[in-house]
Amino acid sequence: MSEFEPIIVAFCCHYCAYGAADLAGSMRLEYPPNIRVIRLPCTGKVTPIYLLRAFEKGADGVYVAGCLEGDCHFIHGNLVAKPRVNYTKKLIQEVGLEPERLEMFNMSAAMGPRFAEVAREFYERIKTLGPSPLNKKVHVTSAAA
Amino acid sequence: MVIGERKPFDEIMKMIEGHNKIMVLGCGGCVTVCLTGGHDEVKVLSSQIRMAREKDGKPLEIIEKTIERQCDPEYIEGIQPLLPEVDAILSMACGAGVNFVAETYLGKPVYPALNTTFVGGSKKEGYYVERCQTCGDCKLYYTAGICPIARCSKSLLNGPCGGSTKGKCEIDPEVDCAWQLIIDRLNSLDQMDRYEEFMAVNDWRTNRDGGPRKMIREDFQR
Ligand code: SF4
Ligand code: SF4
Ligand code: FES
Repeated sequence: MSEFEPIIVAFCCHYCAYGAADLAGSMRLEYPPNIRVIRLPCTGKVTPIYLLRAFEKGADGVYVAGCLEGDCHFIHGNLVAKPRVNYTKKLIQEVGLEPERLEMFNMSAAMGPRFAEVAREFYERIKTLGPSPLNKKVHVTSAAA
Repeated sequence: MVIGERKPFDEIMKMIEGHNKIMVLGCGGCVTVCLTGGHDEVKVLSSQIRMAREKDGKPLEIIEKTIERQCDPEYIEGIQPLLPEVDAILSMACGAGVNFVAETYLGKPVYPALNTTFVGGSKKEGYYVERCQTCGDCKLYYTAGICPIARCSKSLLNGPCGGSTKGKCEIDPEVDCAWQLIIDRLNSLDQMDRYEEFMAVNDWRTNRDGGPRKMIREDFQR
C-alpha cells in the first residue's frame, strides 16, 4: 500500500486555477505530479457527469478549482459549480466512494503558491484515503505481480 | 407536467441484481424538464450503477438510451432492435412511461427508477410544486384558477376550514392556505359571487374511484 500513487483529476477554470498552475510552474514551485489538469472555460461548465466519469475512468480523487467567489468571469459560474460538486459528493457516496474524494477550491490566477498548496494538500488527503474502491483490485493485482 | 423523484440508489441496485446487461431508458418529456429522468440523468445513473457493480466485482454493461416520450408507442418501438442484447430495462420515465414500455415488450422485465410523485410545474429551475390531482371534473372556474383539491391539504370544496391562520394552513406555517388564496384572488377579480355558490359533494367517479380512465378523440379513430 505504501506504493500507492493516486490519480487525481483537477478541473481548472481557464481564468484562474489554470493560470495559477502556470504561475506555479514559472515560480518553480513543487507540487505532486499526480495531478492531471483539465482546462475548463469556467467551472460553470462542470456537471455531475464530468466528475462521475473521472471516477469511473479510474481517478482516486477529483477536484474543481474556480475563481474566487464574486470574481467569476461569467458572473456566477463558480456559484453554479459549488452546489453541483456538493450534489455529486452524495452521488459518489451512494456508490460507496468517500465524499472527501471530491472537492471544490477557489483561487485567483495570481495565486500560484496557493495552487501548489491545494495540490499538495489534496494529494495528501487522497493518499491517506487510499485507492478508490474501484481501483483496489487493480492495485492488489499489481502489488501481487 | 408529471413530476418524479429518483428512487433510493440501493433500491435500484436491488432491482437489477442478477442482470448482466441492462438498458437505462430515459424519457425526453416531463422527467427531462424536472431533471430526474432525461438524457443527463440516464448518464449519471448509469455511471453510478457501473461503478457500484464494478466495486462489488460484478461488472454490468449498460445501453444508455433516451427517447422522445415513453408514453407513446411511436417512440417506444424505436428501441426494439436493441432489446435482444439486454436482460432488462430500467426506465427513468414516470409510471405511465414504465407501463407503456412494459406492455409493449411483454418478454422483457421493465423496472421503475423513479417514484412518480405528482402533477405540477416549476416555480423556478429545480423547484417543483403540485398543482392538480387529476380529479376529472375541473373546478377552477369557481376557484379563480387555484385548485382546491391539490392545494388545500384537506381537498375542501367549500373552504377554508378553521385551521386557516394568517393565510397559512394549519399543517405547516410554510404552506399557503389554498382557500385564502382563492378568496383573495376572487376578490381582486371581483368574482366573489362564485364563492357564494356552494360546491356539491364531489363526484369521485371521474377520479380514480371510477377505475382506470381513458380519453378518446373520436375523430382520430380509424
Ligand atoms: S412517459 Fe411520463 S414523463 Fe415521459 S413524457 Fe410521458 S408523461 Fe411525461
Ligand atoms: S379541480 Fe380537479 S382537474 Fe382542476 S386542477 Fe384541481 S384536481 Fe385538477
Ligand atoms: S470564470 Fe473562473 S470560475 Fe467562472
